[in-house]
Amino acid sequence: MSHHLLEFRDVRFRYPDGTEALKGVSFLITHGEAVGIVGANGAGKSTLLLHMNGYLLPTSGSVTVGDVPLRKESRQEIRRKVGVVFQNPDDQLFMPTVFDDVAFGPLNLGLPPDRVRERVHEALRRVGALALADKPPHHLSGGEKSAVAIATIIAMEPDILVMDEPAASLDPKSRRSVIGLLNSFAHSKIVASHDLDLILDVCARCLVIRDGAIVADGAAPEILSDATLLAENNLELPLTLQGRPPWKGTRR
Amino acid sequence: MSFEASYSGIGRLDRLSYRDTIIHRLDPRAKVVATMLFAIAVVSFPKYEVLSLLPFFLFPILIGALGDIPPGFIARKVVAVSPFAVFVGIFNPLFDPGVVSIAPGVPVSAGWVSFAAILVKFALTISAALLLIATTSFPGICRGLRRLGLPALFVSQLLFLYRYLFVLMEETMRVVRARDMRSFGVRGTGVRVFVRIVGTLFLRTVERAERIYGAMLARGFRGEVPSMRREALRLSDAFFVAAAGSFFVLCRFVPVPQMLGRLVGGLAG
Repeated sequence: MSHHLLEFRDVRFRYPDGTEALKGVSFLITHGEAVGIVGANGAGKSTLLLHMNGYLLPTSGSVTVGDVPLRKESRQEIRRKVGVVFQNPDDQLFMPTVFDDVAFGPLNLGLPPDRVRERVHEALRRVGALALADKPPHHLSGGEKSAVAIATIIAMEPDILVMDEPAASLDPKSRRSVIGLLNSFAHSKIVASHDLDLILDVCARCLVIRDGAIVADGAAPEILSDATLLAENNLELPLTLQGRPPWKGTRR
Repeated sequence: MSFEASYSGIGRLDRLSYRDTIIHRLDPRAKVVATMLFAIAVVSFPKYEVLSLLPFFLFPILIGALGDIPPGFIARKVVAVSPFAVFVGIFNPLFDPGVVSIAPGVPVSAGWVSFAAILVKFALTISAALLLIATTSFPGICRGLRRLGLPALFVSQLLFLYRYLFVLMEETMRVVRARDMRSFGVRGTGVRVFVRIVGTLFLRTVERAERIYGAMLARGFRGEVPSMRREALRLSDAFFVAAAGSFFVLCRFVPVPQMLGRLVGGLAG
């Protein structure tokens, strides 16, 4: 299915202050793929994600979603296809109640009220947050906020799901349930994270970005077990691959 | 009052508003209209009326009792803002030395009577407003106002204010805590540091606003916050407004306490 493709072709982006954040990024993500994006702080991950739904437009090069090239005029259409979950759920959840927040996207898509209600119900059920519908976001725990933030995006039924640090600052159990949630989606998924174990659990493919360019692109288990490559990018082996060295602390 | 204490007060008011009682279940519009009628009726009394105001206390008492709102909490909030009313009326006894009689044969200095009237009106209207907030979720009040004709732009501003008030206050609390932990005693709590903290918070807010706007765009925002009609007025709402309204009219135009007094006097005599 060609409409689930996401293609970046030699994308360059320069911020108004002159910083060149992307220096010729090219890749193709096909239908149903789960791709991790890793890299050091400031390598360009966030800038890359902001291109995926047209929040930023490339200075040169092209971004294509399905058969729609990203332009100023096609941004609304692209945003319908690509759902982005931002890192901080407090930024993602801006409506007074969970229900209103999840309904925000579908209503903007112009769906009739009963379809909106169905979508909200289904999205909240999938993330296991139906009971929270009438709560205001500031009464939710961190894990609940993350789940609802994901629901706000899947309620729009995008073809491609993009996530920035989906499990940052969650407790281990909530993190685990977010991982389970991600694995339950058949969407194409793109996950940017420093949590390499999460990438290993969710993604089959992995891109490494450094200094605004892609330096590695391949199977996640291979890339994430390449200690030299990871070290060059301020990363280290996923904890599950590290093995536990004998404890060296002082015992008293 | 410390920042944390006032923050938890607002948080408590907010939590109360999500309870489930007969009062909480009323349509927000009914409660907004009833509270407005109440305030108009109370404020419309002439300045030397004190006794006739007393029956109005029945309204906040009933709402508080049926809405399961702890009376002490509301009373403390009323006392906390009472200095405003005290300053408005404190000079009345000095400037208004005339004499009125509040009951047959009981003459009192007019200034004290009007001062008392101000305090009673204040206590009535503020407690009713607090009870409105404590028994109606803020989004509910906003929906009510929107349906009563307040422009959509104002309503979305109010909703964003409510949503991010808590986020911002928590952020402020963290910054204030970090300052207090490293400013032993008075150093560091001065005006200069305070100004910088406000500046930092402002910049953070601007950045946050930008991220929120990004999240809104990502979900198809095109300039208008959509809303869904979700509730219709029920018979109980209409009944509530009608009952409250007629009670206010009765107490406004019929001197109930005086009649009661005469009745009791008649029985005794």
